[in-house]
Amino acid sequence: MEPSWFPVREVRQELADTVTLELEPPGGAFSFLPGQFTMLYAFGVGEIPLSITGDPHDSGSLIQTIRGVGAVSEALTALRPGDRVGVRGPFGKPWPVDAARGGDVVIVAGGIGLAPLRPVVYDILTRRDEFGRVFVLYGARAPDELLFSDQLRGWRSRFDLEVMLTVDGAEHGWHGSVGVVPKLIKRADFDPETTTAFVCGPEVMIRFSATGLVKEGVVPTSIHVSMERNMQCGFGICGHCQFGPTFVCRDGPVYPWNEVRDLMLIKEI
Amino acid sequence: MDLSPILTDRRGVDWLIAHLEAEGYEVVGPTIADGAVVYGRVRSTEDLPIGWTDVQGPGEYRLVQRDDDALFGYVVGPTSPKQFLHPPQVKVWTGRAHGDGVETIPLDPAPRRAFLGVRPCDLAAIDIQDRVFLGGSIHDAVYEDRRRSSIIIAIDCTEPGETCFCSSLGTGPAASDGFDLAMTELPDGTILVRSGSDIGDAIKTAMGGEPATEAAIDRAHLMMEAAAERMGRSLQTAGLKELLYRAARSPHWDEVAARCLTCSNCTMVCPTCFCAVVDDEASLNGDVATRTRRWDSCFSLDFSYIHGGSVRTSGAARYRQWMTHKLASWQDQFGVIGCVGCGRCITWCPVGIDITAEATAIRDRAVSGLEDPSLKEAFE
Amino acid sequence: MSEISKVLGTQPFFFGMTDEQMEVVSACAGPADFDAGSPIFHAGNEADACYLLLEGDVALELVAPGRGPHVIQTLHAGDILGWSWMFSPYIWSFDAQALTDVIAVRFDAAKLRAAKDDDCDLGYALLSRFTEVIIERMQAARLQLMDIYGAPR
Repeated sequence: MEPSWFPVREVRQELADTVTLELEPPGGAFSFLPGQFTMLYAFGVGEIPLSITGDPHDSGSLIQTIRGVGAVSEALTALRPGDRVGVRGPFGKPWPVDAARGGDVVIVAGGIGLAPLRPVVYDILTRRDEFGRVFVLYGARAPDELLFSDQLRGWRSRFDLEVMLTVDGAEHGWHGSVGVVPKLIKRADFDPETTTAFVCGPEVMIRFSATGLVKEGVVPTSIHVSMERNMQCGFGICGHCQFGPTFVCRDGPVYPWNEVRDLMLIKEI
Repeated sequence: MDLSPILTDRRGVDWLIAHLEAEGYEVVGPTIADGAVVYGRVRSTEDLPIGWTDVQGPGEYRLVQRDDDALFGYVVGPTSPKQFLHPPQVKVWTGRAHGDGVETIPLDPAPRRAFLGVRPCDLAAIDIQDRVFLGGSIHDAVYEDRRRSSIIIAIDCTEPGETCFCSSLGTGPAASDGFDLAMTELPDGTILVRSGSDIGDAIKTAMGGEPATEAAIDRAHLMMEAAAERMGRSLQTAGLKELLYRAARSPHWDEVAARCLTCSNCTMVCPTCFCAVVDDEASLNGDVATRTRRWDSCFSLDFSYIHGGSVRTSGAARYRQWMTHKLASWQDQFGVIGCVGCGRCITWCPVGIDITAEATAIRDRAVSGLEDPSLKEAFE
Repeated sequence: MSEISKVLGTQPFFFGMTDEQMEVVSACAGPADFDAGSPIFHAGNEADACYLLLEGDVALELVAPGRGPHVIQTLHAGDILGWSWMFSPYIWSFDAQALTDVIAVRFDAAKLRAAKDDDCDLGYALLSRFTEVIIERMQAARLQLMDIYGAPR
């Protein structure tokens, strides 16, 4: 599969090691659904999978947030406006946002896991009256590692969104919560019977959060989680992303919790 | 399409090879090289392993001379058409960057190949790889290009080997479909040829052999029936998927891991294994980038790498992944079992691990109630 | 029923306790309010109380030399604050500070200890509830320790 070349329109430094690229679709438009990902190719260096983090109703840009942890991601975070990135995709099964209409929505994010969930918030806000109460529960390691902090502030000031943040640890002076995300789940007063939850973050956090949601009375088939494995081709022919009998790139990355709960407990699966 | 077989002989095969070359096909078939029967360029029947067979066992392979001049008297060698349709190393993209953007440099077109002497197990493997590479909404261009330009001439198997179990999977010893032409070599040196496609039919007509006699056809049938009974091994497929899914926590995997070297020989010789990785390179001045795909293996330590570590580091987890994928998950992914019973993984495993024996061991554990009592009921 | 026991009866922490038990517990309790920014207790001081937060947020902090005070956990409405009162030497391990205005119920540690030692059933009821809280905090602390959001090493 050949990449399409998208010029970088803007680079935004989010955190010390994390950058958001705004890319220009060469054909003028790029469509995707919340939860999908692309394979981004840094010319001559390599390719990595990245969640799309922009507004699905705005097809004029492709927005991707990248944390520089290896050769390819570091090459991508070093790009400047005008540079070109190879893009393949979008790939993967999206968050079932439509299925959440008519009830409460609980968005649970950890660390960089907020990036694939941001499109869900954008989507919901364009048709806010189709949903009940909407909660964004977000945890990160420390206050200066909260992703999209400006945006979070904006969301917090809205009356139609309930944003609860927590960090693993903070210095004196932080007036927010310190603790784990499952604790936010206990504190948020969503209606479990009508709730659809979308969970994304480190696998350990997903496990404890989904279990916490079930404990509060949310039905496992209404909890959706985004899994991660070593995705390389993006469409199920390279074999690397297998998670049990599924290909995360094609059967996921979004799965209903009841389908992955038992699989996740098998070591080294 | 004219389904009636014709009868020919060695000269007919030479005619076939010459005809295919004249039509612009590179003929690939069994040859002797490096002490084994391997696929290579065939320019005439001289290049075939005439009068040779191969004796195999777990971790053993050796060539042995026959007492006749059979053209296709061997079992199956370590290579399969996979080597050509899904090459061990192939360029998948090259591009040049310049001021205005990136320009794709077109790749060399794939050579057109005719595969002469494809065993039925390998035919089934090609069908399986078709499902992998061409079954989804996005096709793999490399495989598609090579597959569409291939001609396939099957050779029925009259000499199943010690490690063969195609009968258990319904993939042999006779070729049923997926070929352009299929041959059956009889002991008297005559060869039955039947067509399986319009292209094959045209070639068969041009070949001009005599219509096959009833006696020859009957002889061929009897040989196939006998071959089906002489398999060296067998695999019980009933309930295999559930059995393996439930065995995820079995201590059996640690027992195999104590023997398995995770050397990935099995994945290399397996005609259905398809995992591949892409390597990236750039020219010294950074102008030209190349992406090259090469075979990977789920046995490699970084196969499942994410976030600073691999998901499957233990040998037990990696063997479990391979076997569960091959015999169980494959069914949910592609609608068939991923194994064709060719026995190569058993023959070419340096320590002789036998996938059929491992499946039996897991089944026995379940049935004897060592693990889950409800399994005993399901699998007895 | 006293005012305090009515309030405590609405708190999930005490659900399932008998009316008699609630009376005994209420007799150890009194209101405690804190302004935003004020300390609730200091590490090293006598742990002479236990608190149930009704409204507001509290930060548990630890000071390490050269590092400044570090917030290890925040507690919120419905949470129990303080368990150092349960076992000798009854000394607070951490600092607790009100992040917002806090309305709480304060239980006198000595009275509560005497009540639970006098009555085994009450002791059991209280300790089971505290154990559940401690388990939850322990699991959370372990997750925090794992540094799951940290960059891969």
